[in-house]
Amino acid sequence: MSLLNLHLKVWRQNRGQSGHFQDIEAPEIPDHASFLEMMDIVNERLISAGQEPVAFDHDCREGICGACSMQINGVPHGPEKATTTCQLHMRKFRTGDTIWIEPFRASAFPVIKDLIVDRSGFDRIQQAGGFVTVRTGAAPDANAILIGKEVADAAMDAAECIGCGACVAACKNASAMLFVSAKAGQLNSLPQGKPEKDRRTLALVRQMDKEGFGNCTNQYECEAACPKGISVRWITKLNRDYAVAAMKEAFVGQQERAEGGE
Amino acid sequence: MSAVFDPLFRFYASSIGKKLLVALTGAVLVVFVLGHMIGNLLVFAGPDAINEYGHLLQTSLHGVGVWIARLGLLAAVVVHIIATIQLTRQNRAARGDAYAKHKFQVSSTSSRTMIWSGLTLLAFIIYHLLHFTIRAGNDYNGAAYKTDLHGETVHNVYKMVIDGFSWAPASIFYIIAMGLLYSHLSHGVSSLFQTLGFTTHRNAPMFKTFGHLYATLILVGNCSIPVAIWLFGYGR
Repeated sequence: MSLLNLHLKVWRQNRGQSGHFQDIEAPEIPDHASFLEMMDIVNERLISAGQEPVAFDHDCREGICGACSMQINGVPHGPEKATTTCQLHMRKFRTGDTIWIEPFRASAFPVIKDLIVDRSGFDRIQQAGGFVTVRTGAAPDANAILIGKEVADAAMDAAECIGCGACVAACKNASAMLFVSAKAGQLNSLPQGKPEKDRRTLALVRQMDKEGFGNCTNQYECEAACPKGISVRWITKLNRDYAVAAMKEAFVGQQERAEGGE
Repeated sequence: MSAVFDPLFRFYASSIGKKLLVALTGAVLVVFVLGHMIGNLLVFAGPDAINEYGHLLQTSLHGVGVWIARLGLLAAVVVHIIATIQLTRQNRAARGDAYAKHKFQVSSTSSRTMIWSGLTLLAFIIYHLLHFTIRAGNDYNGAAYKTDLHGETVHNVYKMVIDGFSWAPASIFYIIAMGLLYSHLSHGVSSLFQTLGFTTHRNAPMFKTFGHLYATLILVGNCSIPVAIWLFGYGR
């Protein structure tokens, strides 16, 4: 084990106030610590010195919950490919490095404190259409509906999205298209999601626009930053599904009923 | 009626709706620049070839054809520009506070400067129309620019092009504009397949290569005309 001496530039901000960078020295950081453990060490020292610790989001610390965030040296979750901040290790840095640590920046993700941002916009998008309507009560037979292997695999790829918001953070337009397309694509691909496909697609996109996320300009920074490697081809599918759903809504309307009043 | 129009307005108000319109109008303009370039390259086939081509465009469908094309292109340009300006303003608002450090990992500079290459191209298009279509501030509409083609008096497109590009500032501006068009198309062509929903894992690299080749073809083809005339004295 070797120890690293690092210079941190950390964003400090209280909700509704303007923020600034604070220079924090972080000497003797073990190189086998994770990035969040490094932050823990820094915070312990700040507390001992009677200073305010740095607020940051974290939960499972095993790369599956989507709670940790942070823009590290200009990249969401730091420089490692397909890795969350909690799974990023300090051995990826060199002693003497200066590390810039910022919150995910988007108007739709307002800063709560320091590095913690409010990502509840994602929850509201999910609530608008990221579900399938099922009967509760008797559990259906697990394999009653046959699903092709390729379809199941693709839906699982989309389901890998942990909703961390790195796609929004990486995009120059703060667009949430990768997140929304993964949620739409996962359900729109499967037979259980087909009946509500059009209304789901319209609802998800409308809520996304309402939350104030930007528009996709096909640069794929989201895919490069995604800790789960969600493919931008889901965005292609969302574009296609949305065009079909919107045109059906305009020109086809609801299904005609045989016993209409007229 | 509003049962149809309300959903259409909502479609335009949505981010993907506007993007689809940008892609569709972009596709029209992409096809147009290729046709425009192929027609212009007739300048290398001699005066009669390009004069006959110009006369054909002016007189197709008893002179109505050219106006149908002009109005169609104008509509495409207007929708393309208005939608992209609206989208860009939303994108700026969506970021709010800028990052102190923001590293781009995969996107090209061209893709991040589409609005600037696009708006500069708009300025170029206005200059280009004043130069060769409306022919303002020059005497290209005068009697010196009429010629005889198979016994008919037609506009001498050939002489206009040669004289137009003999003036260095015009040639330089055209070449700069074509550089920006290359930049714009290098992202725009492959991007429109993504927005229209045609891209797949398998064809994505093909569309990307096609976009770059298309942009290069337009750059080389269009620049060959001012370069040949201004630098190498073709036709002078």
